[in-house]
Amino acid sequence: MDGHVNASSSSRSGAGADGSGLSGAAERLERPPRRKQPRSSYGSNNQDQTDAAVLAVPNVAVRGGPSGSSRPARLSGGGAGPTPNENEEDQGLKYGAQHVIKLFVPVSLCMLLVVATINSISFYSSTDVYLLYTPFHELSPEPSVKFWNALANSLILMSVVVVMTILLIVLYKKRCYRIIHGWLILSSFMLLFIFTYLYLEELLRAYNIPMDYPTALLFMWNFGVVGMMSIHWQGPLRLQQGYLIFVAALMALVFIKYLPEWTAWAVLAAISIWDLIAVLTPRGPLRILVETAQERNEQIFPALIYSSTVIYTYMGTHYTPQQTEPAVTSSPSSSNSTTTTRATQNSLASPEAAVASSSSRTGNTNRTNPHHNQRDDSNVMAAEGMPLVTFKSNLRGNAEAAGFTQEWSDNLNDRVARRQIEVQSTQSGNAQRSNEYRTVTAPDQAQADAQEERGIKLGLGDFIFYSVLVGKASSYGDWTTTIACFVAILIGLCLTLLLLAVWRKALPALPISITFGLIFCFATSAVVKPFMENLSAKQVFI
Amino acid sequence: MTLPEFFGCTFIAFGPPFALFVFTIANDPVRIIILIAAAFFWLLSLLLSSLLWFAIIPLRDVLAFGVFFSVVFQECFRYIIYRILRSTEQGLQAVAEDTRVTDNKHILSYVSGLGFGIISGMFALVNVLADMSGPGTMGLKSGTELFFVTSAAQALSIILLHTFWSVIFFNACDTNNYLHIAYVIGSHLFVSLLTLLNASELYTATLLTNYIITILTGLLAFRVAGGTSRSFKKFVTCQ
Repeated sequence: MDGHVNASSSSRSGAGADGSGLSGAAERLERPPRRKQPRSSYGSNNQDQTDAAVLAVPNVAVRGGPSGSSRPARLSGGGAGPTPNENEEDQGLKYGAQHVIKLFVPVSLCMLLVVATINSISFYSSTDVYLLYTPFHELSPEPSVKFWNALANSLILMSVVVVMTILLIVLYKKRCYRIIHGWLILSSFMLLFIFTYLYLEELLRAYNIPMDYPTALLFMWNFGVVGMMSIHWQGPLRLQQGYLIFVAALMALVFIKYLPEWTAWAVLAAISIWDLIAVLTPRGPLRILVETAQERNEQIFPALIYSSTVIYTYMGTHYTPQQTEPAVTSSPSSSNSTTTTRATQNSLASPEAAVASSSSRTGNTNRTNPHHNQRDDSNVMAAEGMPLVTFKSNLRGNAEAAGFTQEWSDNLNDRVARRQIEVQSTQSGNAQRSNEYRTVTAPDQAQADAQEERGIKLGLGDFIFYSVLVGKASSYGDWTTTIACFVAILIGLCLTLLLLAVWRKALPALPISITFGLIFCFATSAVVKPFMENLSAKQVFI
Repeated sequence: MTLPEFFGCTFIAFGPPFALFVFTIANDPVRIIILIAAAFFWLLSLLLSSLLWFAIIPLRDVLAFGVFFSVVFQECFRYIIYRILRSTEQGLQAVAEDTRVTDNKHILSYVSGLGFGIISGMFALVNVLADMSGPGTMGLKSGTELFFVTSAAQALSIILLHTFWSVIFFNACDTNNYLHIAYVIGSHLFVSLLTLLNASELYTATLLTNYIITILTGLLAFRVAGGTSRSFKKFVTCQ
């Protein structure tokens, strides 16, 4: 029972915290009418138009819920009759489209931060000190020696990652939440204070800005404490997301700085393979972690995960050990760094459906059973070292629930109820809030269950390694390579999310993106770059 | 002078595309994804043409050869993108929040064309911009000081041209209008080969011609998308 309550409460709190989400929903709800005006294809494509017309009716039926909000007129015509399954599918896809962007933005921001830092602070692009885990420093000019150095380094690093991952799972299995939590807090503490201080110092040095120690200490204290609070306890969602992105970028910079050049590439390749194994094999550690979390109905280590909506698992009153754990982001000190980081990497993307969120809606038949919902939060686990994308389709009793965001579910209900759009949006907002409250004080089981956490999640590890790839590419000073890597990673992420929508289970987010990124990085710097340089020197445009 | 020049050239080349992105693309997730996918396909075409250029060593210095095949590959990938978008239309309809994306087919072509254009402009200009931002260097071989500005202007015309070409091309494929397809490929080849003259600093000839072609192509794209002089007048007078 505990688990249930917690999960539900967390989800609610999330909903409450996520002002943006709500507003977004409201926006979306309100916008559609405007768009409705048919701007069909102008003259030339008659066939197209007819196509659209023919399709229109079927579409309505198929799309059911989601489309409802966006096209009221059709809905009214179409009726509410979609079968649950169809609804589920459509919502899944739709969910994907919206949330892909919600991941694109933070991933891009993180990469941007790393690339900007690499290009402005030379400290991070030169390697002079090495991590403990990479005893071979690739100092020999021989390519073959460099090659086995890189291989050996990455093997050592990977075995550390594997060991730490397994350690984490054992701890988790044994319910040693305090240890895990302490570990995560310690690592994020180090990142937020020590590494941030180093970053600040180099930043000031690069721009030749004088700053006195008292000011620097005051700034560091405020920055770090706010970060610890927002990551591990509570804070505005945007703030938390910002800190998570910053921490990931910092960690990526540490990797770029302290890993020998070829080792970094080897590690990127190795980590994506490990990711694949850990998430997809039946006995893979990450998979075990996810399944355990599901069994326990917990949400694990939310701090290791970037969530597009709500991360806070626990609200003040509800404070169960399980919930507490989630909070930390991994940030290893230099010594631990690798391991921890890996830990961080987990990424989950679990879009959860928030289902019938609003209490007000309770009346609707559409509502899913509350009871089913709870699992969602818990499912999402990111285990160490591997990024997962989890797509949780929750199934509520009703298929409609397939759920995605609360807004959606709200919309569905509303649609069914045929309520006014504006009313809807406001209601949903209020409803959520009220739920939240309730959660804190006295969890109403049914409703709590009904509400699921929504939003898509990506492990911080994915952020870190994407950024390492792009940062490393940009450290060679060629912008075309950087842009090519960036586009390739985003496309990889898109494909991963597409697969997520199709398969609906936790997926590793690294393999596709990193493979694309590596291919494009090397191909661009070896083949495309000379070609483009030739062209742009002669001002030839293709 | 370096920094102002950097910003000036950046805004010349990427200001209009950025405005287009912000006002027409950024609000719709599906369009952003299609934009990035188009950019990815352009990258693939560039990769193929670079490989060809790289593999045929004796012709490496003959840029016309590389340019020709690069244009051919780009148009091939434009066609591939067209096929993909048309075949996933059903799926898109399920995904798209904004029905206009699927109701008006020109939106898809516009978005993918802009993706082509933006990435192409970026690849052409981004390293030049990076050099521009400083530290300042003297013209070692007495190069012209117009180099940066003309590059930026040329990049803008290419970005816009790609957008127009995609609109025309997609529609032509829909309606089996081979004349338009030939026009797209032909004008692309012409513009690209014309820029070879930039090496001998004939900027007036190349830029002027390219912008004339850009405007003509824009007009054609406008017509193809169903615009008329009346609708334009209505648009201007905000009716």
